[in-house]
Amino acid sequence: MKLKTIFIPTLLLSALVLEAAEVNLYTARHYPGDDELYEAFEEQTGIEVNVVDGKGDALLERIKAEGENSPADVFMTVDAGRLWAAEQAGVFAPVESEVLIASIPAEFRDPENLWFGVTKRARAIFYAKDRVDPEELSTYQALTGPEWEDRILIRSSSNVYNQSLLGMMIAEQGSEEAQDWAAGMVENFARKPQSNDTGQIRAVAAGLGDVAIANHYYFARLMLSDDPEDQEVVEKVAIFFPNQGEGEGGTHVNISGAGLVKGAPHPEEAILFLEFLASPEAQAILAQGNAEFPVNPEAEVPEVLESFEFVEDKTPASEIGANNPESIRIFDRVGWR
Amino acid sequence: MNSEGELSQEVTVAKGGSEEIASRRSSKNCSSGPPTKWFLFAGACLLALAVASPVLVIAMSPFLGGDGTWAHLRETVLGLYIRNSVLLAVGSGLGAGVIGLGTAWTVTMYQFPGRRILEWLLLLPLAMPTYLIAYAYTDFLDFSGPVQELFRSITGLEAGDYWFPEIRSLGGAIFLFSFVLYPYVYLLCRASFLEQSVCMLDASRTMGQSRRESFRRVAIPLARPALAAGIALVAMESLADYGAVDYFAVDTFTTGIYRTWFGLGSPVAAAQLSAGLLGVIVLVVILERLSRGKKRFFHTTNRRQCLPRWKLSMVKQVVAFFLCAVPVLIGFLIPVGILIEAASGAGFFPSLVDSLEWAWHSVVLATGASVLAVLFALLLSYNVRLTPNPVSRTASRIASLGYAIPGSVIAVGVLLILGWADRTGSALFSHSFFLSGTLAALFFAYITRFLTLSIGTMESGLTRISPSLDQAGRTLGSGPLSILRRIHFPMLRASTLAALLLVFVEVLKELPATLIIRPFNFDTLAVHIYQQASDERFAESAAPALMIILVGLAPVLILSRMMASSRPDRVDSAESGS
Repeated sequence: MKLKTIFIPTLLLSALVLEAAEVNLYTARHYPGDDELYEAFEEQTGIEVNVVDGKGDALLERIKAEGENSPADVFMTVDAGRLWAAEQAGVFAPVESEVLIASIPAEFRDPENLWFGVTKRARAIFYAKDRVDPEELSTYQALTGPEWEDRILIRSSSNVYNQSLLGMMIAEQGSEEAQDWAAGMVENFARKPQSNDTGQIRAVAAGLGDVAIANHYYFARLMLSDDPEDQEVVEKVAIFFPNQGEGEGGTHVNISGAGLVKGAPHPEEAILFLEFLASPEAQAILAQGNAEFPVNPEAEVPEVLESFEFVEDKTPASEIGANNPESIRIFDRVGWR
Repeated sequence: MNSEGELSQEVTVAKGGSEEIASRRSSKNCSSGPPTKWFLFAGACLLALAVASPVLVIAMSPFLGGDGTWAHLRETVLGLYIRNSVLLAVGSGLGAGVIGLGTAWTVTMYQFPGRRILEWLLLLPLAMPTYLIAYAYTDFLDFSGPVQELFRSITGLEAGDYWFPEIRSLGGAIFLFSFVLYPYVYLLCRASFLEQSVCMLDASRTMGQSRRESFRRVAIPLARPALAAGIALVAMESLADYGAVDYFAVDTFTTGIYRTWFGLGSPVAAAQLSAGLLGVIVLVVILERLSRGKKRFFHTTNRRQCLPRWKLSMVKQVVAFFLCAVPVLIGFLIPVGILIEAASGAGFFPSLVDSLEWAWHSVVLATGASVLAVLFALLLSYNVRLTPNPVSRTASRIASLGYAIPGSVIAVGVLLILGWADRTGSALFSHSFFLSGTLAALFFAYITRFLTLSIGTMESGLTRISPSLDQAGRTLGSGPLSILRRIHFPMLRASTLAALLLVFVEVLKELPATLIIRPFNFDTLAVHIYQQASDERFAESAAPALMIILVGLAPVLILSRMMASSRPDRVDSAESGS
């Protein structure tokens, strides 16, 4: 049969672990700039980057199931919760690297060097310029006040960004207060949580609600878009960074990060790749590609983000991640779908 | 060679078949050479176990003990999962049932302009993945979409001042699933009408029944097995769906399993939910069996009756046309239009090389999986014919378990099994041994998920072949394999092709399992669409989305051609004009 001649070599090829200079990456990132990044790495080092991308949690299940045979060298997520889960599952091996320690501030890497932050994303508030005075806005917590009834837009609690936001609150205020906050938010929802972050921002522009919570880069993307519809949204909506006052903690910042997989077949290449990710050059590509904040203070911040200045919350990503299951239980209890 | 009726019947009993008949038949003639027969029997049982193993691994894990998560689920969200899943399955099943039955009847029995084109256009939604139709309609009907924009600009109302049906809801999901999944019912019912009703309807008309009474008293009862099988397929498809319900924020078992497993970090509770889902599926299968009733319908004659289609008045012709055009519009043409509009608006087209590579990967996977699925189905159903004992029948049923299990659950089951196999293999051969993350892993998942489609098709094809042919073959000294090759296989050609095509289209559309277990640097069309859409770039996903529909169209068109030619001797006296 003709099919055989196609399939058997393909099967064999993918089954063989080739000994060429390469690094195998499982990543939850799938942003436009990422391919450019892999190419730059290959150009610099001659090491080829092999990629499987997908949902972070599913990829983590895959690494766990593959066990010590896993071909993965580096696992990269878009959220602190998944980094923590991977750490808990014993998936990461520690990396001793002066370069990484020098390039990445301590709060954005694991104390035991199991994983390293790559980019930062802020979960900010977006408001309708014509219906909300920024003076009325202050903190995430204040959004549960009665004046916000039927005005708040946010996506489903199945989304990791919301889980991490609540995880931060649990870490700072304890489960009970965090649950009260979630229940208060549900009271004030303008509609059943649905759609994605961009959808919340568009909904504010269209008048379905007055404030939304979303990651900053979705707004930055709209700012950069040529589409007149997107520009109209940017006209009507503005960004607000909450919890900037004394003792309010700061705006919730999540990280996209990566670590070396235990038993990686190419550990040296993997460490080179991690170091490359932290370099100003790679940081610029990463940040540019998705309008995120670089973790390396020396890297260039994308132009579109220059006006975004704010105080970041300092709760360590590892603590936020540890609260992830509790976050979901709270969401389930208060009926935040 | 009686190949005309084959396709139509092969689909008639797409879910399982009349084992009873097979058993009765073959028990008379078990003179086959024991070695071949027992090899086949052992092979079929092992194969069934292997195919079902990812499902079984998951279903077993509730017995590993609980971690308290189950109690949490029961107190909070379990009721919602059950309610939504049941409503979704029942609603989509009924909706698709009404649309499929109605259009099949209209196209088969009435004469109206455009009938011939609609006959095959009605199959097109088969090529449309549910997650795509969900993306497209949300873009179209959401508050910021063109429909509501237009409405606002005409009326001058603001968002929130008026009521507009919410597409992202349980109702929206049922609506879209009905319109995109009805072709299963249409396919089966139409085949059944073509096959069975003609003589009966002729008789009923001779006896002075009106058209409506013929429909109610003759056609519907005769089509009941087909209708039930079609509705069951639709119900299971909607139970297994993840992409669309997730996007619509409708909590079902599928989204619940995902959230419990990965978010709550409780594989055990997720497995318990999966077991619950399995329970619902078993219920669907039992209902389907029950609704078929105790009656068995056989062909009493091969006489081909020339039945001219009923003529309709002018007004009714228009009504019939719209009745059949609306499902095509909603289930296919409008979403394709939205995608084309989005693709051209984005000004983004992936490079041809990239798209061809994704398409090539998709086609390789779909082709490989469909060939394997047909071979395995042949093995399993031929075994039931040769060794008709309860074990054989159970083997076939067990191998069909995966159809309604969400792809992501099956994927994890496959990973667990292959991970174990890899570790054992490496230990045995003291050499790196690797199956996880190969194409083999993907094929494994596809077979587990879709084998039931090919089993149902092949089984019903086989059971219709008279056992007297086997007996004749044996008398002339042929063994079972030679009979299969020389007698059965030529007669099964249509069934085989139909099984190949159904699995091909399904694998092409499959997303969650592909996403989790594919090899390095191996994107398919579905994966690429997901990447763009999940990153909130709907417009950028439109071009590959159109491509997946295009690739899926080819098999769907072949399928509809097969249907059209399944009764070549039918005379359409009135048709030459249209």
